Amino acid sequence: MVNNAVEVTGLVVQRGRKEVLHGLGFSIAGGEVTGLLGPSGCGKTTLMRALVGVQAGITGAITVLGLPAGSAPLRDRVGYVTQAASVYDDLTVAENLLFFADVLGVGRDRIDASIEAVDLTADRDSVVGNLSGGQRSRASLAVALLKEPDLLVLDEPTVGLDPVLRQDLWAMFHRIAEAGAAVLVSSHVMDEAERCDRLLLMRDGRIIADGSPTEIKAKAGADDIESAFLTIVRGAA
Amino acid sequence: MNPRVTLAVTTRVLRQLRRDHRTVGMLLVVPCVLMTLLWWMFRDSAPVVFDRLGPGLLALFPFIIMFLVTSVTTLRERSSGTLERLLSMPMGRLDFLVGYALAFGLVAAVQSALAVGLSVGVLGLDLEGPVWLLAVVAIADAVLGTALGLFVSAFAQTEFQAVQFMPVVVLPQILLCGLFVARADLPSVLHAVSDVLPLSYAVDAMTTLTRTSATGDVWRDLAVVVAFVLGGLGLGSATLRRRTP
Repeated sequence: MVNNAVEVTGLVVQRGRKEVLHGLGFSIAGGEVTGLLGPSGCGKTTLMRALVGVQAGITGAITVLGLPAGSAPLRDRVGYVTQAASVYDDLTVAENLLFFADVLGVGRDRIDASIEAVDLTADRDSVVGNLSGGQRSRASLAVALLKEPDLLVLDEPTVGLDPVLRQDLWAMFHRIAEAGAAVLVSSHVMDEAERCDRLLLMRDGRIIADGSPTEIKAKAGADDIESAFLTIVRGAA
Repeated sequence: MNPRVTLAVTTRVLRQLRRDHRTVGMLLVVPCVLMTLLWWMFRDSAPVVFDRLGPGLLALFPFIIMFLVTSVTTLRERSSGTLERLLSMPMGRLDFLVGYALAFGLVAAVQSALAVGLSVGVLGLDLEGPVWLLAVVAIADAVLGTALGLFVSAFAQTEFQAVQFMPVVVLPQILLCGLFVARADLPSVLHAVSDVLPLSYAVDAMTTLTRTSATGDVWRDLAVVVAFVLGGLGLGSATLRRRTP
């Protein structure tokens, strides 16, 4: 299934007086894991918020699953995990998921499956506020897995996690993509690039490279994405 | 609005509250302690003052407490990112607000039942009107506090600011509601101001219940309070933006 889940043309985002995204155009395909890579502050989160439809100050066109980004029918079909864990600290992991499952209208059986997918089964009855940072962000991620979305947008989901778990999560992102969904994962860690089917490299509110990891490396004549990033930035300067 | 989502919010808020024993304890016990204090203050010198002030305070306590609790809780929801997450899900803004109002309304019902029961049953507060109507007015006042708290939380960036909305929004209403000076005796400008403040009607309703068994005026005042509640929820829902800068 190769269709474009997201189509963006001429996207400009204004935050206050500052323009943070300067005319982006790209598309994201279903059935693939697309990595959005770039340093902190380059506009990754703003871009993701724009796709999900919670960012104000947008000009340009964003089409998600054939509809304008943020339109009501999409709220059922797009999963979004913010960088900070958006779960209730004073509820247990299971209680959090129970609440979001009721909001989304999915069956209770999805709760255990989601908890298992993020490896929190042992902590399912722990109050989220007592968990470590990594466990909290996994609880937040579990919420997005409750309803299998057609577009899954994940803002730095693997920061600070155990390498073993990180590998498991990436395997899971690929399973979700193989089932047909478009998965967009941001990271500021360049070594996660190799795990993606396709990359969007970002810097200062612009996309500086777009292609598979192999293509980007070949084009820049570099051995890894970090050097490719440097070559592209220096070439442009 | 979707009843499933609204009730999900209500149960979740109550579940959060259940884990917070200290808050629940304070919500239920503090109004009772304060009513006892008031009764004790005037027990020897002028018991009639308790009858005069008591009903007004029964309107005030649920209003103030629910205002504070709600503004801080919703602010927390805004700043933790959970509100943004909910609004990116199939959740209506009214689901969120009504869900909260139901949860806190339920807490307020228990709170008021205890405070009214204690005041009338144990402390001997004299009522001409029906006791249950006093409780209904108290619950409406609590929901009013919830509605206004939801609204002002939109204008606070921190919990520290949210708490300070209390003196801004609540104290003027307490001064002008007729507890200190009968509203009819206020200078005309202040009287006019007190006419547009919801707490004035809440206290009027309570006071009427102590004076007469005729309930027509009480229902009219109650209707005004409910109108303010709906207005507050409406304004509150306007402040829940799906798209933020």
